Amino acid sequence: MEHRITLRVDGTERAVTVDSRTTLLDALRERLGVTSPKKGCDHGQCGACTVLLEGRRQLSCLTFAVAHDGDQVVTAEGLGEVRGDGGLHPVQQAFIEQDGFQCGYCTPGQVCSAVGMLDEAEAGHPSHVTRDLAPPGAPDSPAPLDDGEIRERMSGNLCRCGAYVNIVAALRETATASRGAS
Amino acid sequence: MIPFEYRRAADAQEAVATVAARPDAVFLGGGTNLVDHMKLGVAAPHMLVDVSRLPLTEVEETPGGGLRVGAAVRNSDLAAHPLVRQRYPALARALLSGASGQLRNTATTGGNLLQRTRCRYFQDVTTPCNKREPGSGCAAIGGWDRHHAVLGASEHCIAVHPSDMAVGLLALDATVHVLGADGARSLPLADLHRLPGDSPERDTVLAHGELITAVELPPASAMTRWSTYRKVRERASYAFALVSVAAALDVDDDSGVVRDARVALGGVAHKPWRAGRAEDVLRGAPATEESFRLAAGAELAAAEVRDGNAYKVPLARNTIVAVLRDLTEARR
Repeated sequence: MEHRITLRVDGTERAVTVDSRTTLLDALRERLGVTSPKKGCDHGQCGACTVLLEGRRQLSCLTFAVAHDGDQVVTAEGLGEVRGDGGLHPVQQAFIEQDGFQCGYCTPGQVCSAVGMLDEAEAGHPSHVTRDLAPPGAPDSPAPLDDGEIRERMSGNLCRCGAYVNIVAALRETATASRGAS
Repeated sequence: MIPFEYRRAADAQEAVATVAARPDAVFLGGGTNLVDHMKLGVAAPHMLVDVSRLPLTEVEETPGGGLRVGAAVRNSDLAAHPLVRQRYPALARALLSGASGQLRNTATTGGNLLQRTRCRYFQDVTTPCNKREPGSGCAAIGGWDRHHAVLGASEHCIAVHPSDMAVGLLALDATVHVLGADGARSLPLADLHRLPGDSPERDTVLAHGELITAVELPPASAMTRWSTYRKVRERASYAFALVSVAAALDVDDDSGVVRDARVALGGVAHKPWRAGRAEDVLRGAPATEESFRLAAGAELAAAEVRDGNAYKVPLARNTIVAVLRDLTEARR
């Protein structure tokens, strides 16, 4: 069945007609020409299709586009647009500076996942490796982000080139810079 | 994938009426398991009724001091909720050990309970599977059975339930609230999931068209505050459990005797497994490693192993002991 839906993609309203079977990933890539989200496994196991959906990192391959009529989607290529200056997001800049990729196929998903992950940590969300789930003080104070935390929180994004060490370095740099500035 | 009709439900009653009236309709929550199954051909519904945007997104204290969790609450939000972290750490830890950050942002509380086994034969439509196609046989029996059940399996199915969250909820005595075409009902989470028996196609006792609307935790206690969850898997993150243990202990500080205990296991059975035999051994026993070993041994005495999964028995035994020891030491 065909459905006329509207998505706000990287800050722009986009109307598109989709079959109910079309995933959000295929709607972005094949119908709207937004090709930064990548199709890796197409089964929710690799993270290459990660986008920010209604502000949160999610997998665009495991959801139907028709279920997102009216939703906001931000992809790696829109991170700068959404910030308003059109430039690189600090996470993207850090990936360049720390050489956080080799072939680059997983990178847009890694970057979107990292932006979402840093927001979650800033909001105080714990992770599997967080020692104290309920630290004294405000529950929404920022969660600690050592290398172990970054690795755990980014475990949904696979990199077959094995750039993990530099990805962790890039995110350590971003987290340190943003927290130092605030 | 076959064509299907998509509807966004206006309210829970309408969703239930729609699905109950159509044998080929199913509810759509976060979709992280269902959409994958539709791609694989494991599921082929003709209609999806989207319940993910229903106003079932609250986590709130009940008048009696418990916690009611709406079925559409995302796994990440539930794990991060201050009351869950303070009062029910076994649940927070179970949630955080499941899937990935992206999936936890999408997956719902109700959907997590109703996710289906990750048995590789169930997910491969070219192989026989009694759960996917009743009467076709079980390719896992005599096949690659490393991830399969050691407790409560049948000659028809040896699959295991994949949820971490459900194991945490089971140890915390959660209740499930359900809405059906004939009205609302509640049942203990312990009664939701089934053993396979001769009808492994049915994962739960829910009838077609029944919708989980909420999960409720009883009032927190000293025991639930000292609960925890440990998951053993083949890599450090983003993998299903080989074995997992949720446990809570109430130990008399003066005598060192266990007043009460909760133990639940994941990765070992067709359903989240409440270790009632272990709990019986623990109650009234000294909180010592010897008691923990006796309790674990009592639970696993009924285990039946296959070529590839015999390791799960000592793994479960040792993990139960380790978790109970950690809980005891954390209280000192």
